[in-house]
Amino acid sequence: MLSTLIWLPLVGAIVVAVAPATLSKLLGMAVAAATLVVAVVAAVSYEVDGGFQLEETYTWIDAFGVHYALGLDGLGLLMVLLTVALVPLVLAAEWFLADDAGGSGARSFVAWTLALEALSLAVFCATDVFLFYVVFEATLIPAYFLIGGFGRAGRGAAAMKFLMFQLAGGLILLASVIGLYVVAAEEGEPSYLLTDLAAVDIGTQEGRWLFIGFFIAFAIKAPLFPLHTWLADTTEKATPGTSVLLVCVLDKIGTFGMLRFCLGIFPEASEWATPVVIALALISIVYGALVAIGQDDVLRLIGLTSLSHFGFITLGIFAMTSQGGSGAILYMVNHGIGTAALFLIAGYILHRRGTTLISEMGGLEKATPVLAGLFLVAGLATLGLPGLSPFVSEFLVLVSAFDYAWWVGAIAVTGIVLAAIYVLWMYERTMTGRTPVDVEATPDLSIREIGAVAPLMLALVLFGFYPTPLLDVANPVTDDLLAHVGVEDDSPDVPPGEVHDEAEEAH
Amino acid sequence: MPEFSKPTIEYFELLPLLIVFGTACLGVLVEAFLPRDRRRVPQLLVTLAGLVAALAATIWVATDLEEHADGAARGLVGAEGSVIVDGPTVYLWGLLLVFGILGTGLFAERRLEGGLSAFAGQAAALPGTEAERLAATKGLDHTEVYPLLLFAIGGMLLFPASGDLLTMFVALEVLSLPLYLLCGLARRRRLLSQEAALKYFLLGAFSSGFFLYGAALVYGYAGTMSFAGIDQAVRAGTADQGLLLAGIALLAVGLLFKVGAAPFQAWTPDVYQGAPTAVTAFMSAATKVAAFGALLRLFYVAFGAERWSWQPMLSVIAIATMLLGAVLAVVQTDVKRMLAYSAVAHTGFLLTGLIGAQGVGDLAEGQYSSLEGVLFYLTTYGFASVGAFALVTVVRDAGGEATGNAAWAGLGKRSPLVAGAFAFFLLSMAGIPLTSGFVGKWAVFTSAMSAGFWPVVLVAIASSIIAVYFYIRHIRLMFFSDPDPDGTVAVSDASLLTVGTIAVCLAATVVLGVVPGPVLDLVVGAGDFIR
Repeated sequence: MLSTLIWLPLVGAIVVAVAPATLSKLLGMAVAAATLVVAVVAAVSYEVDGGFQLEETYTWIDAFGVHYALGLDGLGLLMVLLTVALVPLVLAAEWFLADDAGGSGARSFVAWTLALEALSLAVFCATDVFLFYVVFEATLIPAYFLIGGFGRAGRGAAAMKFLMFQLAGGLILLASVIGLYVVAAEEGEPSYLLTDLAAVDIGTQEGRWLFIGFFIAFAIKAPLFPLHTWLADTTEKATPGTSVLLVCVLDKIGTFGMLRFCLGIFPEASEWATPVVIALALISIVYGALVAIGQDDVLRLIGLTSLSHFGFITLGIFAMTSQGGSGAILYMVNHGIGTAALFLIAGYILHRRGTTLISEMGGLEKATPVLAGLFLVAGLATLGLPGLSPFVSEFLVLVSAFDYAWWVGAIAVTGIVLAAIYVLWMYERTMTGRTPVDVEATPDLSIREIGAVAPLMLALVLFGFYPTPLLDVANPVTDDLLAHVGVEDDSPDVPPGEVHDEAEEAH
Repeated sequence: MPEFSKPTIEYFELLPLLIVFGTACLGVLVEAFLPRDRRRVPQLLVTLAGLVAALAATIWVATDLEEHADGAARGLVGAEGSVIVDGPTVYLWGLLLVFGILGTGLFAERRLEGGLSAFAGQAAALPGTEAERLAATKGLDHTEVYPLLLFAIGGMLLFPASGDLLTMFVALEVLSLPLYLLCGLARRRRLLSQEAALKYFLLGAFSSGFFLYGAALVYGYAGTMSFAGIDQAVRAGTADQGLLLAGIALLAVGLLFKVGAAPFQAWTPDVYQGAPTAVTAFMSAATKVAAFGALLRLFYVAFGAERWSWQPMLSVIAIATMLLGAVLAVVQTDVKRMLAYSAVAHTGFLLTGLIGAQGVGDLAEGQYSSLEGVLFYLTTYGFASVGAFALVTVVRDAGGEATGNAAWAGLGKRSPLVAGAFAFFLLSMAGIPLTSGFVGKWAVFTSAMSAGFWPVVLVAIASSIIAVYFYIRHIRLMFFSDPDPDGTVAVSDASLLTVGTIAVCLAATVVLGVVPGPVLDLVVGAGDFIR
């Protein structure tokens, strides 16, 4: 099942690459849709609270103890679903933009996108550290060609910067992966299977060093301050569709890795590193939001808001409470939906106005009310308005932050205030105000364009009011992880009975 | 008067060596007796037949290797102790012969130069003289390159198989001399080519001197030339430790020169750039394989018990080599020089694997040894290197190969296949997963880390990051830069010989990256050296 899920888009990418260019987009859409169906079938057969499921394990490289091992837990399932849902939407949104004469052509866009989808799915399904590392690195190649081949002037340099950061992180991770092999070999037969590694007793000192390697790689990927500088440059130059794939899918690998590998393999070191990580997360939250306020380029601004959001996710993960863990997992999904909507709509604006500079826009609201409305909804979701899904996850993360220390929660809350500033101020400057003459004739969104963001809007509202299915899937993962790390939620300061009594007396 | 006893020669096990040297002599005869304009095809056929036969013989020998006395290795000590045919030897033979066949394909390419080979028409004619022009108009061709190639391959086969220091020295000379000549035979840019040959020869002669002096000192210490004897002497230990250490150092100089390790790397960029690219392609892969085979045998077999002395020395050299190669490659503006410095960096990575030697008891069950890691890395790097240089031969302008970086700008738009293949080889050298280079890198880094050399591994990782920069920069140049509008650079239509070579290398790089299992099993199955 999982193999089909991964190999289908990969084979699809190859077929698209060799098929006639006129068929590329249709073929690509068909493959993406088929992958979506496979993923939904996998999700239906998934049993909540059942650990890893749909497992496949084959020996790959015997000499290195490497397996081709796939499996799906709640965290992986949510990421897989997010990925397969976003790819068709990106293809739909970029339907005509991909033909852009300055780019490398629709065929290569579709083929690289499908390749990226396949490799990302493999990342989320891998249960062997070596396999994870291989696909983790391999995702960079399609991403590199997507950034470098499509988008605005200066994208070549942006692609280079992106790749250098990511590969540097990857090589640091490689050192840790090798170290893991050495540690496992000293314990007995070397193996990279997660289940085997869980049984390995990693010494405190070694565990901490290996943890640092893993964490740096994931902090570059996610990204966290101070390793984030590639993010805004990349989202500015790449096409919005590429940015969706990068920020909403690829960057999730960072936080996904923190949960699965940092906490999963190095529980002791994760607890040891918590103060530093939380400090970095807080800096990312505030710094990302402050810098976002100062941006004049919509795509850069959205990129930097993600820095702030990834700070929240990391905070939730390393606060080590059940609310924080579930909140972080939920946040990963919701951020994917909300930011994807923002990027795609910003892309529509770019397509209409030919610029992404806020200072050169204004008054779009009257000419394109639908566009403006959707932009506002997506923006409100980003700032965490109750009723839209990011609110739920943000709330959970903040609860855990206050639980960790009151001042951590207090600093994190400023991120929400700042988010309100950057979103609403951006909206005000781009959409409201007097409508210039040349803007009046701007066409509103077409059916195709609405169709590409409508599912995202529906999801934002649906999961805003009814997050239970997501939480049902996420909670067992968090509970297992926390049990593995060996922390328990603090018991409530006020016993439930007491509250009841006070309430009685008040009558 | 001492009694003269006839030496016993194991003809069957030495068959690959005998075939290659025999074919080389046959090539000389062809050269002597056939008229000039009819030599090419017979030479080519003889060379290919010889190499293929030798490869077949190698495979045959490999399947027939018997377990050696102690059971740790397979094979035998042949030719009165001077040639050792064991698992690693046979594996290296196979590898060298494959690279030899690929190299022959590149040597024979004629379509790129409009019906002429890449070698000078008349090497003796001074550049820029009437004689040279005459040779060019007559369409003269040097067919001596095929016997020279065979002699070089013969020397390379003997090099890692040698069982004593003298045989190793002889093999070193036999493989080097034809290469010096081949480097000076370029048809285009002949002065550069001749300069390269002279540099290579002078420095190579020096390094041979070092090797010989080292051999003398080690003989003084051990009283024997054979590796097994030296090993026993080292284990027994005598008072003259200084003699041994000096001997190891001098022998190392001779061999490290051949692999191009810092500080003996100075010849690499000049020679790689000046030599005909076909020769560079062959040399970069095969010399490295042969010389690392010899390094492995010398250090693991003869000086294995003295590990603690040479591991720190080689660690320092590995660090210097990796950093120097990676940093200097960044500032290169010529593709061949860039690949040359990248070869230096790869030498450093290979040395990182080499220092990961551990005693038999130190390895975990199922863990592979450092010897196997290095052998696998040699396989992956060799294919990527041959393929990359072969691609350099097809990107040309009016003046021959266009090796300047500017000429490669925008190549991806005009010839996506050539640029894509080149990018793939670069990615493999950079060690990106799903290419063979990654598996190789993983193997050698793990060996070194296992043996406790984690600082070296960290430096190796840092140099990999630097190396990634210039590889990716070149990919960016090919795909995301606009070509020079006045440029005449185009991808020439190559014949099946070059295209086939590139295809084989590409296939090997993909397969070794995705399913390295079978070849790794082969390497593991080769077992250990016979001590």
